[in-house]
Amino acid sequence: MAEKIATRDAYGKALVALGARNKDVVVLDADLSKSTKTAKFGETYPERFFQMGIAEQDLMSTAAGLATVGKIPFASTFAIFATGRAFEQIRNSIAYPHLNVKVAATHAGITVGEDGGSHQSIEDIALMRVLPGMTVIVPADGPEAEQAVYAAAEHDGPVYLRFGRGGVPVIHGADYQFKIGKAEVLRDGGDVAIIACGVMVEAALAAADLLAAEGITARVINMATVKPLDAEVVKAAAVQTGAIVTAEEHSVIGGLGAAVAEHVVGNGNCPVPVEMVGVQDVFGQSGNPAELMKEYGLTAADIVAAAKRAVERKKK
Amino acid sequence: MLTCENEKELALRARNMRCHIIRMLEAAGSGHTGGSLSIVEIMALLYFKHMNIRPQEPRWPDRDRFVLSKGHAAPGLYAALCEAGFFPEDELKTLRKLGTRLQGHPDCKKVPGIDMSTGSLGQGLSAANGMALGLRLSGKAARVYTTLGDGESEEGQIWEAAMTAVHYKLDNLTAFLDHNGLQIDGDVTKVKSMLNPGARFQAFGWNVLYADGHNLRQLDAAIELAKQTKGVPTMIIAKTIKGKGVSFAEDKAEWHGVAPKADEAVQAIEEIMAGGCK
Ligand SMILES: Cc1ncc(C[n+]2csc(CCOP(=O)(O)OP(=O)(O)O)c2C)c(N)n1
Ligand SMILES: [Mg+2]
Repeated sequence: MAEKIATRDAYGKALVALGARNKDVVVLDADLSKSTKTAKFGETYPERFFQMGIAEQDLMSTAAGLATVGKIPFASTFAIFATGRAFEQIRNSIAYPHLNVKVAATHAGITVGEDGGSHQSIEDIALMRVLPGMTVIVPADGPEAEQAVYAAAEHDGPVYLRFGRGGVPVIHGADYQFKIGKAEVLRDGGDVAIIACGVMVEAALAAADLLAAEGITARVINMATVKPLDAEVVKAAAVQTGAIVTAEEHSVIGGLGAAVAEHVVGNGNCPVPVEMVGVQDVFGQSGNPAELMKEYGLTAADIVAAAKRAVERKKK
Repeated sequence: MLTCENEKELALRARNMRCHIIRMLEAAGSGHTGGSLSIVEIMALLYFKHMNIRPQEPRWPDRDRFVLSKGHAAPGLYAALCEAGFFPEDELKTLRKLGTRLQGHPDCKKVPGIDMSTGSLGQGLSAANGMALGLRLSGKAARVYTTLGDGESEEGQIWEAAMTAVHYKLDNLTAFLDHNGLQIDGDVTKVKSMLNPGARFQAFGWNVLYADGHNLRQLDAAIELAKQTKGVPTMIIAKTIKGKGVSFAEDKAEWHGVAPKADEAVQAIEEIMAGGCK
């Protein structure tokens, strides 16, 4: 069994390292610093940590103000509150003026678990992706999360970073280099392409193994940057495999699957069957993360079934 | 203290700004007349006396900052910026037209001299706090100013930000509440019982000062006092008249979001000029 790290832990660790080498980095939190893992940054650099209290709207607009005077603010809370409660602050105070704020949200998706549907953000990627100029990053594991934090700090403009609560298996080595907008082809295959992000990348790799056993070769793509989408990699996948499965811990409406589908039928001009694995337009509920992933159809077996459907569709 | 000479110059600036506001709104054919006219004296004092700015170097890092939290009063801000030389007067007539830098609400990406984009009410005080925090962290002496509407203060975020400014002891921040008593649907006390805003900010821990928002001497004294106040942010409750300077618009909620037509503009300019430098 591979080592497991929660991407929020990697975020917290990366922030401390980043704080040492970049004095402009400041961090804001809304009474969740122990959970979002920004607390360590706060202990290490108290003068650069701003506790905003339970006031997410104020959190986002204050971060915007800090960015206007040259700081690089990371604003953290749970994904549901960051992108939901403070959506319009992100839209008008951060994205509209294209300010250099990193909205770093944790506890995204249904793997939040027992806290239930009120806390399980299944729409945050859609909400952030629709904003002009917003970069959206969904890291697959700890090493990628860490790299994504550094890349976001280097990037001039608003970034949404989506982190999870629970531990996810490490799939990247220490030498891994994440680049914004660059997808990673983890495995090659010619029958179908599985394009995944976040926790679903591990499931996609497992699905590819299962498919291989049945004689179907699957290309596995880690699309950690949902926006801007790596159009070349999507197009190559469409053209070379003729069938695509997308997999995300998010609603099938508006997220990675939608981004891929928009591209293949739109600018990519490479229409192929696209099967989307994700939450099917319903809210989550309480349960343990593994049970929930099963309940909502987000397992390797679900990806396998989707891959078979996609392969069937291309034959027609 | 405001010298007689200062006062004269500022009154002249205020008069010019009122004329700019009327002319640009008339050219645009839409926009917010009442709330632009009510902030003119505040803007004149900030841009022509108190704020440390360089119109030739709008991004000068050590400059004082201003956030027009009540962003719909953009014409009031554009008038001040144009008077201060941030952009040519000619540009005012492009207000609200396709391709213009002078958007319906302030856009900091487009207009030199604008420090924050606003327009969605309730967000500006938080942004001003962020600026004040960041400037202090960078060891800069620059101050941050912001102007809020009284109706705008019904927004919950204003009170989140009011807590933040006090919690972080932002004495480099001076806010104005343009207390003109009106919002779109009428009297602020009828719409949402926005009674005694000064007492509310005081209860949140602010240093609260009161001034006649059209009296240059009173405003100036309050701004000076705010600069000397340590450990807390200052809120200057500026009692104003919406539509100030134009008889038919004064204290009329209907003049919140309409622009003067040609004949109305002529009369308005006449009245503003006749009103003299007061
Ligand atoms: C969040 C938000 N809600 C509604 C509006 C529409 N709106 C524009 S101005 C205004 C009234 C503002 O009243 P006040 O703050 O008193 O402004 P003033 O009287 O100074 O013009 C409203 C409701 C807005 N711009 N932003
Ligand atoms: Mg008002």
